[in-house]
Amino acid sequence: MGRTLAEKVWDDHVVTRAEGEPDLLFIDLHLLHEVTSPQAFDGLRKAGRAVRRLDLTIATEDHNTPTLDIDKPIADPVSRTQLETLRRNCAEFGVRLHPLGDVEQGVVHVVGPQLGLTQPGTTVVCGDSHTSTHGAFGALAFGIGTSQVEHVLATQTLPLAPFRTMAVTVEGELPEGVTAKDLILAVIARIGTGGGQGYVIEYRGSAIEKLSMEARMTVCNMSIEAGARAGMIAPDETTFAYLKGRPHAPAGDDWDAAVAYWRTLRTDDDAVFDHEVVIDAAGLSPFVTWGTNPGQGAPLSAAVPDPASYSDPSDRFAAEKALEYMGLTAGQALRDVTVDTVFVGSCTNGRIEDLRAAAAVLDGRRIADGVRMLVVPGSVRVGLQAVEEGLDKVFTAAGAEWRHAGCSMCLGMNPDQLAPGERCASTSNRNFEGRQGKGGRTHLVSPQVAAATAVLGHLASPADLAGRTGASDVRTPVEA
Amino acid sequence: MEAFTTHTGRAVPLRRGNVDTDQIIPAHWLKKVTRDGFEDGLFEAWRKDPEFVLNRPERAGASVLVAGPDFGTGSSREHAVWALQNYGFRAVVSSRFADIFRGNSLKNGLLTVVLPQETVEALWRLTETDPAAEVTVDLVGRQVRAEGITADFALDENARWRLLEGLDDIGLTLRHADDITAYEARRPSFKPSTTPLGAQF
Repeated sequence: MGRTLAEKVWDDHVVTRAEGEPDLLFIDLHLLHEVTSPQAFDGLRKAGRAVRRLDLTIATEDHNTPTLDIDKPIADPVSRTQLETLRRNCAEFGVRLHPLGDVEQGVVHVVGPQLGLTQPGTTVVCGDSHTSTHGAFGALAFGIGTSQVEHVLATQTLPLAPFRTMAVTVEGELPEGVTAKDLILAVIARIGTGGGQGYVIEYRGSAIEKLSMEARMTVCNMSIEAGARAGMIAPDETTFAYLKGRPHAPAGDDWDAAVAYWRTLRTDDDAVFDHEVVIDAAGLSPFVTWGTNPGQGAPLSAAVPDPASYSDPSDRFAAEKALEYMGLTAGQALRDVTVDTVFVGSCTNGRIEDLRAAAAVLDGRRIADGVRMLVVPGSVRVGLQAVEEGLDKVFTAAGAEWRHAGCSMCLGMNPDQLAPGERCASTSNRNFEGRQGKGGRTHLVSPQVAAATAVLGHLASPADLAGRTGASDVRTPVEA
Repeated sequence: MEAFTTHTGRAVPLRRGNVDTDQIIPAHWLKKVTRDGFEDGLFEAWRKDPEFVLNRPERAGASVLVAGPDFGTGSSREHAVWALQNYGFRAVVSSRFADIFRGNSLKNGLLTVVLPQETVEALWRLTETDPAAEVTVDLVGRQVRAEGITADFALDENARWRLLEGLDDIGLTLRHADDITAYEARRPSFKPSTTPLGAQF
């Protein structure tokens, strides 16, 4: 019987396999950041161990870093200590670090791919659940805890329990204005936050194949929100074109050998998945969350659901609690939900295509009075590219704040946070209670929906702006 | 890691599903660089409500958390496990755990026990009726026992052995150091390296 992409990558990394023991897998790339590594380095020190493969390890700073005044000392002493601890640990153990202020700094899951370090057929780990992002390249990539971070530092391997395979097959064409973010939010709403538990998901089908690499990263990024161990997409010409010429991509003969290997990774025609979910791309539309977990979402055109409509008592209770926390009423149209904050950024939607998409909506428009909009590039490089294209000017002209790279408002670990009761349309990945700041309320959306929402002050898609003047409506075509 | 064989203690019924790690320990606690001192951050937002189950005087000193399905979803933060342990929990019972949380718990000696939802509900009823009721979580016999409840649970043999013995995973892996070296020797040259470009060794 044939094998799936995930099984092939797994098999190629088995160091030891023995009856009654988990397989010991070799790890090709270990990404580090300041939050989940200090206790791991402490463990190494205590045991007198070194980092086994410095050449497969790289660190950056993202969760705690401010996005304003980055040239000034970090105000929060606890955040400062954590960043200084990473710097000390990297210096002591010899790990390559891209700290705040470095041109390669950024959200760890944006940095790896843009350096060309994330490659098909590799195993990638990081002490961060959104490591699933890297699966977009056909890598087996997953988040790990701090004990495992220490394990990888010391041994470059991990003992891992076997996984099951799930195919999420999306066929057809995504309608105009429907993005990778809408697609993955719809998948999570369909299978639930625990639906992927124990599985490695492979996204496949014609709609997935048509996605750009950055869109594929958005999809794989949120696999963890469905509870999956990882998400993957088979490498193809789109993948190879993205990688070619990147700083750490193979070159010369190595490139040819790598591509030849990468082409062997696709799931065999006769492989069987343990579970399959089929989704019709044409049936999708802009999707937003209304609740406090990423599975509590609905099409933007829908209304807030009535908890009484759930047959499962725990779902009903969860919906009641969510509406209470979110300050929403059953039956309320989602388009009527007004926001005071809009956040564009994060490892989900902080790449250049995301910023271009948001800028295209904002060009020639102003954000609504009373709305605060933060645009945060996923990395310094993304920020520089955006400036080169003039996107920063579009954002500031519209009344948004253009910031420095980092995790920013995705999670409450740095100064960018919601105040209690504030409501945010956010391109990030989690709408948990308090995720963006104590008492803050989060609606997960695509960059396009975020931008349209900022203009109108309520949840909206770019289609809702029809008839309202924007630069794209009035600009005369540039003569060739 | 501290070994886990069997533990008997009072329970806390947490009648909520989808308890994510942001609820277990909010992000601002993750700035700490130690493995201890997280007990006050455990369920921090919910504990502001005096009626929250953990705040009830009869739950003081309880050590077995009985939670709804999909416990520990979200972030990979091991701090969630440390917070539960720092607070005094030795075991968590749920019908389903998020994978990363489960892995983290078993590496720290916090026993996560998967039982059917109806058994979880029986445990809820028992401890709500009698908060002093004791629950035994027996890893040797792979069984949870309480007044009127006897439920076997599964845990893979290898994980169970490591917990019973309190073994250090890294030490176990390093017994395979030669295999790791042999694997490294056969890795293709096109595999990525983080060595700074132009660097000489």
